[in-house]
Amino acid sequence: MHELSIAASIVDAVTESAAAYPGARVTAVRLRVGALAAVVEDSLQFCWEIATQDTPLAGAALVVRTLPAVVHCGVCNADSALDTVQSFRCPLCGRPAADLRQGRELEIESIELEEPEGELAGALAQNQPQEERL
Amino acid sequence: MTTRIVELRRGVLKKNDELAALLRARFSAARVLVLNLVSSPGAGKTALLQAALTQLRARGLRAAALVGDLETDNDARRLALSGAPVRQINTHGVCHLDAEMVGKHLDAWAAAAPAPGPAASEPPASAANRAPTALQLAALDFLFIENVGNLVCPSSYDLGETLRVVLMSVTEGEDKPLKYPGLFNSADAAVLTKIDLAQPCAFDRALALRNLAEVRPGIPVFETSAKTGAGIDAWLAYLAAARPAREAARA
Repeated sequence: MHELSIAASIVDAVTESAAAYPGARVTAVRLRVGALAAVVEDSLQFCWEIATQDTPLAGAALVVRTLPAVVHCGVCNADSALDTVQSFRCPLCGRPAADLRQGRELEIESIELEEPEGELAGALAQNQPQEERL
Repeated sequence: MTTRIVELRRGVLKKNDELAALLRARFSAARVLVLNLVSSPGAGKTALLQAALTQLRARGLRAAALVGDLETDNDARRLALSGAPVRQINTHGVCHLDAEMVGKHLDAWAAAAPAPGPAASEPPASAANRAPTALQLAALDFLFIENVGNLVCPSSYDLGETLRVVLMSVTEGEDKPLKYPGLFNSADAAVLTKIDLAQPCAFDRALALRNLAEVRPGIPVFETSAKTGAGIDAWLAYLAAARPAREAARA
């Protein structure tokens, strides 16, 4: 229901980060979404198209990785992924497990940029943090 | 062309989370207990809140409410009858409250003109926002934020609240927790409302409690009826116990 505002927030955040790479075009945005994040992927994809229209992000793919809910069980002293978010029980021993360790994420993991070759790219690359070349 | 991957690791709702953290610090400094009430539309948030505001005031405690709705100030009018300060937030189509809306309304409320004379205890005849009285957080024991009726979107937006309370009415059936686990799992307490209607609705209480415990093990549950007053005392006692300690000197 609020996927459009989520999509708009992603556009803002990515536009801001991509500004550090002038001349580059964003081709993909990778998102991590927890099973409890209240985001429906189909709806988000639909809203992504709308939110990116007429922006520099138009045509960029939104790649969503869903993360299962993970609970910590104090008895088993173990973190386990839940098969269903309708039952918060340790999958190992079956006891109720309230200690949530993963599942609420709604995070932009990375963006993929396509940039021109040559001098310009080399010069730009000099002062960019946290990057890896393909 | 070259392809470059830039790691961002940035929360999509980072801006909201940062604003919520600032609000939480303000609430804590003002020693006010802030509750974010969430439920489906029609579950009885306003009726429960009306009962709570009236009774807290009767006990000499100071409570106020911020009320979120897409449109209308009907809820603010209803709540103003309790005599407590009330302010309406109209989201105009947005399906949830966010930290920015709450912050803006609290700032506007604090900056409002002081009420003339000793009329502060008189409930305003019309909408609270149109006859604003300045409200300072430090002058409150409790601030209730009534979210927009919605069991999905409010779960993603932290408002800086001390406690998130989810309401579920007996008329909605027993399986809301299983249908909306994201929201129920994020709640600190649950209130079953309209229990005076449990029998006509053939409400299966044991099943409802089991479903709540299944998605949020250990959640405290209060069974209430704003109409008969059942369970309201226990609910208020829970709120009083959760209130941050204040200096004994403050009269």
